[in-house]
This record gives sequence, C-alpha cells and structure tokens, in this order.
Amino acid sequence: MTSEKHNAAQTLEKAGPSKKTRFPYYPGCTLKTTAQNLEASALASAEVLGIELVELPRWNCCGVVSSLADDDLIHHVAPVRNLIRAQEMRAAGVVDGETRLVTLCSMCFNTLKRSNARVKESADDLKTINEFMYLEDDYDGGVDVVHFLEVLRDVGHERISEAVKAPLAGLKVAPYYGCTLLRPKEIGIDDPEAPTIQDDLLRALGAEPVDNPYKKVCCGSYQIVQNRDAVADLAYDILRHARIAGAEAMTTCCPLCAFNLDRSQREIGEKHPDHEPMPVLYITQLMALAFGLPPECMRFDLNYTNPKALLLSTSLAGEEA
Amino acid sequence: MNTSTGIMERIAQSTSSVTTGVDAADIKHWVTIYVMGRAYEVPADLTIMTAMEFAGYRLIRSCGCREGFCGACATVFRREGEYKLQSALACQTKVEDGMYLVQIPFTPAEKAVYDIGQEEYAYSVFNKHYPEVARCVSCNTCTKSCPQDLEVMDYVQAAIKGDFEALTEASFDCIQCGLCAMRCPAEIVQYHVAQLGRRMYGRYGSPTPGHLGERLAELKDGKFDEALDALVSATTEKLEELYAARERESDD
Repeated sequence: MTSEKHNAAQTLEKAGPSKKTRFPYYPGCTLKTTAQNLEASALASAEVLGIELVELPRWNCCGVVSSLADDDLIHHVAPVRNLIRAQEMRAAGVVDGETRLVTLCSMCFNTLKRSNARVKESADDLKTINEFMYLEDDYDGGVDVVHFLEVLRDVGHERISEAVKAPLAGLKVAPYYGCTLLRPKEIGIDDPEAPTIQDDLLRALGAEPVDNPYKKVCCGSYQIVQNRDAVADLAYDILRHARIAGAEAMTTCCPLCAFNLDRSQREIGEKHPDHEPMPVLYITQLMALAFGLPPECMRFDLNYTNPKALLLSTSLAGEEA
Repeated sequence: MNTSTGIMERIAQSTSSVTTGVDAADIKHWVTIYVMGRAYEVPADLTIMTAMEFAGYRLIRSCGCREGFCGACATVFRREGEYKLQSALACQTKVEDGMYLVQIPFTPAEKAVYDIGQEEYAYSVFNKHYPEVARCVSCNTCTKSCPQDLEVMDYVQAAIKGDFEALTEASFDCIQCGLCAMRCPAEIVQYHVAQLGRRMYGRYGSPTPGHLGERLAELKDGKFDEALDALVSATTEKLEELYAARERESDD
C-alpha cells in the first residue's frame, strides 16, 4: 500500500544540480490568506535546496471542520479528496512517481495524515468514502502525508548549512511546537515529549535554539474565535517563558499558533504592562533570511509583531528591511 | 415564422405552451409521471414544464424564461426504484417514465446586505457575510445538484481561499436556482456567496477595459446626443420601422 521510503538527499544527488525534485504540495486556506509569509518563504527556500513544491490542482479544505459525533466519516471526505488529487498528480507524471504529499501548515498536515491513516487502516471506511465520491477515481491509499520539516530533515541539515549565505549568528530563537506537529504520537513527526526538529534546523541556519518549557503548551487554538481573553492568557505565559529562557524570537509552523501568539500581543500588552513584544516567525522565514533571499520571500510585513528592529539589531535584516 | 406578425404577438407565441393545439391522437409515445404524488399520462417528448401544463397545471410560479436562463423552474425528482434524489430545470429536462417530481419555486435563504464600496477585497468578506462557508466538508453534493453542471464545491473552496478570480470563472453561469443551497448539508448558500464574490471581483479584481473609458469619454462629449434625441422624438410608427429594419442576424 505505502511506497518505499525515499531519502530526499539521495534523490537530490541522483537528480543532479540542475534537475529539481518535484513534490505534490497541499497549501491549505491560511497559506493563501493570513499566512502568505509561510508559503512564500517555504517555496523560495525549497527552491534553493533544489525542491519544487507543485501545488495540487483543485485542492479543497483539508477537512479541519471537526466533528464530535461518533459517526464522523463525512468529515474525512475532504481530506481523502485531496489525497485523490495527489494520486492524480502522480498518475499524470507531474511529480516523477513521488508518493509523498508535502504540507506546510501543521494543522492541515495533522488533518490529512490522520484521515489517511484511518482509511489505510479501515478498508470499510475507505470503501464507503470511495463509493460516496463516485465522481472521483477511487483513492488507493498510496499517498504519504508529510510535513515540510520532515523533507528538510531528509535533505540533511549539513546540506542546509551549506546553502546558508547569511548565518543567523547570535539570534536566540525559541521554537514553539504546539500540538499538531507532535500529537497524536502515531501522527507526529518528532518525539511528542522532547521534540528537536525545529531546534536542529535553527542550528543548521546558524541560530541559537533556546529551550522554552512552554513549547508544547496549548496556544488556545480555536478559542481565539470567541474567547480571545483565554488565548491572551495562554499566549502570555508561552511568550513570557520564552523570554525568561533568553529567546529574542519564537518560531512555529502552524498558522493558528502564529495567529494566537503573534496577534494576541495587542491584548497581552493591555492586560500585562510588563509584556515585552516578541516576534513570532515562521521557521521558513528565518530559513529564507539565512539563505540570503530577497524580502518578498520573507514577507515580514505580514507578521503582527514587527521583527525588523530585532533583525536590524543583530544585523540580519537584509538590505531593504 | 410569419414575419408579418406583430412583435408582441411573436413574443406571446414564443412563451406559450408548446402542447397547445396538439391532437392527442397524433401522439405515439406516452410516459407516466407523478406530480406531487399524483399520476399523469403525458407525451414522452415533453419537458417537465410542458408536461405539467399538458397535465393541466397553470404555472404561475416555478416558470420564467422557458429557455434555461432564469433559474425559476428548479425541480427535484426521483426515478421509480432509485434511491438517488435528482435535480433539474423543468424547462430543460425531458420527462421520463416513473418520474416523481415537485417544483421548488423559492429557496428560503439568508441574503446578506452589503455595500461593495465599503467592503475589503479579501477572503474575509465571505467570513463576514456568509460565515457558513467554513462549514464546507467538501462532500460535493452542491456540484451534483447543479443543473448548470457548475463545479459549485470548487467555487465555495475558492471563496475560502479568497481566490475571487477562480470563483468568478467557476460560478459565472450560475442562474441562482438555489438547488445547491437546498441540498447542502453545511447549509451554505452557495449562489449568494458566488454573487458576492463576482460583485467584489467586478469592482476590485477584474481589469478595466480600455475601450470602456474611451466610450464613456465619447458619451460625455455628446457624440451620441443627436442620435438619441432623434429616437426620443420619433413617433411609434417610426420606431417600429427602425426596429424592423435594424441590423440583426437572419432567422434562418
């Protein structure tokens, strides 16, 4: 059912310097709206590493519309439909047989991977969903959902270090993991208790990862919709402990975490006069910065807590920042 | 067609029931349809709309242009022995034997009131006026119910992504019959969402055609004033003569 495990580094070497490795890529709604800085920085950084992320045609919502009902199969229709799009892309020869579907938003990653695991495990569920979607080709269970951070881990941090043109020397960064990259354990991409995947990448970029004991504490998630106050309290603790640990900025891969930690700083500032604003960046923005890419690849203008002062003070801002 | 007939008569003829004046003895093929549960024998080559008129219904709702453009004649039906519920436009769909049907003359749907001049050209406009779009589970039921064969789910997803151009392209042929909204398990009002999207795209997204500006300038400079004045002051007879002699495609 699943394909053989590829090693991206080997694939890249085989392909040679001129040929790009193409992956099917699922963006998700926030990457086209509030998190355009995540998409722009990830796509541009991937290109530096010889990776082309090819957007799925006709992708729909990942399926994050959650259900509390026991029979929630209808909520797996959306994710499986996206997996069919990846299957179609492979069948059309666009991605050279690649079975992995790359995601950037960790919420989309979690949703798609969980549905994929469910239909791979349950032939009955897969059959029901395939029959319901009779206008589509049947999903054959042959797609593997991965997060971009996993692709980077496969590429190898050594190789990433080689691509760094402007090392983030001296920048103290607290990676924030949240929940969707780590839990449930079978879905997560790293040790759910002691994750290091962002720390390792930051080190490869020349930054100094800082350990924040609150790196896995809930950001408040969708409470932001009707209880901004609760989210501000949670975010305040997460940001405060990052500061205590010595961090100057935080990184994440989740547009919802980024929204809660970054945008809530207005409310936090009003409630807690001692709060010092802290930039919350997508880790791919720091990667694009370290790769010496132009400002339009970072889109720092979309970060609520402006990181430019910090980056200027550490002379990392780049020419136009 | 008799070209000497008056224009108003010709319009009246074109919208009258085609079954008028047909002798039942000349009809060879008959089918049985069930309108709201009651059986009627009707000629097999009629549309649902004309079959209902043949059966004696006088349509004062669920009937508009009779040409598949106005979206007034939304119909749901089920074929005898089939579990699947189908939908169609009554004026565009032929009757089938064993068809159970009902007309849907009106769709109860919330329609947002907004001033597009005051709205931000961003995805958030959909969340603001039609927050139900976020409930889409991508089941594609809307697409399956669309009598225009539009990719309705795709344009709802385009709204979620804030892609006004894709939404406009995919929804352009919508005739607002409302069948998508009647079938949607997430209670999204797809056709109103699409209309908001197209209005926003028309106002802020689509390129302004150069020739429009030129024509507006010509209007302002009075280029057509004389011709318009001549029409305004013309007699009815003169107008009819001009209309009959207008530049047009031939009837053949």
